[in-house]
Amino acid sequence: MADEVVVLDFWPSPFGMRLRIALAEKGIEYEYKDEDLWNKSPLLLQMNPVHKKIPVLIHKGKPVCESLIALQYIDEVWNEKAPLLPSDSYLTAQARFWADFVDKKIYEIGRKLWTTKGEEQDAAKKEFLDCIGVLERELGDKPFFGGDDLGFVDVTLIPYYSWFLVYEKFGNFSVGAEHPEFIAWVKRCMEKESVSKSLPEQEKVYDFAMLIRKKLGIE
Amino acid sequence: MSGESVKLLGYWASPLALRVKWALKLKEIEYQYVEEDLQNKSPLLLRYNPVHKKVPVLVHDGKPVAESLIILEYIDETWKHNPILPQDPYERAQARFWAGFIDEKCVPAIMSAFTNQGEEKEKAAKEARENLKTLESALGGKDFFGGETVGFVDIAAGWIGLWARIVEEIADVNLIDAETMPLLNAWFGRVLEAPVLKECVPPRDKLLEHSRGFHKILTAASS
Repeated sequence: MADEVVVLDFWPSPFGMRLRIALAEKGIEYEYKDEDLWNKSPLLLQMNPVHKKIPVLIHKGKPVCESLIALQYIDEVWNEKAPLLPSDSYLTAQARFWADFVDKKIYEIGRKLWTTKGEEQDAAKKEFLDCIGVLERELGDKPFFGGDDLGFVDVTLIPYYSWFLVYEKFGNFSVGAEHPEFIAWVKRCMEKESVSKSLPEQEKVYDFAMLIRKKLGIE
Repeated sequence: MSGESVKLLGYWASPLALRVKWALKLKEIEYQYVEEDLQNKSPLLLRYNPVHKKVPVLVHDGKPVAESLIILEYIDETWKHNPILPQDPYERAQARFWAGFIDEKCVPAIMSAFTNQGEEKEKAAKEARENLKTLESALGGKDFFGGETVGFVDIAAGWIGLWARIVEEIADVNLIDAETMPLLNAWFGRVLEAPVLKECVPPRDKLLEHSRGFHKILTAASS
């Protein structure tokens, strides 16, 4: 029933993309509502009064906020198909740890890559590549962080790929040149329809970033 | 369960380590406590938490789990008696939301009130009070966030009752306002006095002295 699940989202948001992928993986129909973050809807303000942020998953009229919390909610409610978290509690703790690592690091460092210059940007570039290296080592020989198929960490991390053109152009580097194994993982994820259909085109995200830079007065 | 080893790497003054101690106590899990010297981190800590190098770390049969809220969930999923999180997925999402709110909003504001002076300090204290007031809305008229018994959010937030009052005394700010947040104020008293939890809490005077030392360093650096 499409009216049971509503997602309040914003098309370039990596956090929103996480929900899109999870819902697609599980074959859940939902109504997608794109928010104008400079003119937030009454529905958004009502469903997320504390943070007023997207994404918000609304299930049978009740909101679940914060993307990683919504992912776990989706996994627990629609638990028959495409599990995101493993059944083993230790492996689950590891998955949560790495998703938390991605949340703590990638967004902020990534943002610095396209909004700062000089020394600050150089430091961000180094930190970003270090983080990718750490994640690459954690992935190891596995095809996905989740093992044989997409898991919690894969869904948490892959949305940032839609922002790689932005990071690489402004940061003047290539993730693939430094970390080819990481890009191999990216490609494996992008082969999945649930992922490729949930991520916007990199060029579109780049145009959006240019718009924001103009708004922020960054030349 | 026999033949099982549970170790907690912590620091006596760490509120995040206290969260884990509370969870272990509520589940009646026997464990070995290892006190870390944070100025001189042990090879064990660096081996078990190479990414963040922080306490607390729970080591279960040689396998480490880091980050206090992740440890709480691990404990709850591994030892299923005396549940900490509710069963219902929506209730679980709410509990996770408020625990996250504490760490993302309440704690940084309280820390900011502690480390700053003058206008910055007052601004941070006001933000902290607003965030605590928001937290109170999740408690409502219940005895605990978990309902009739201590749950995930109680364990995540209870320590603020002790620490925030120490910040109030040292930095001369108002954080927990008994008038504007009577329910939260009463809950702080209830959770810190709960039999199993009370015995794990570090002594107030020792914590006060320790925090005063920190405050001197932090305010000297910023002035």
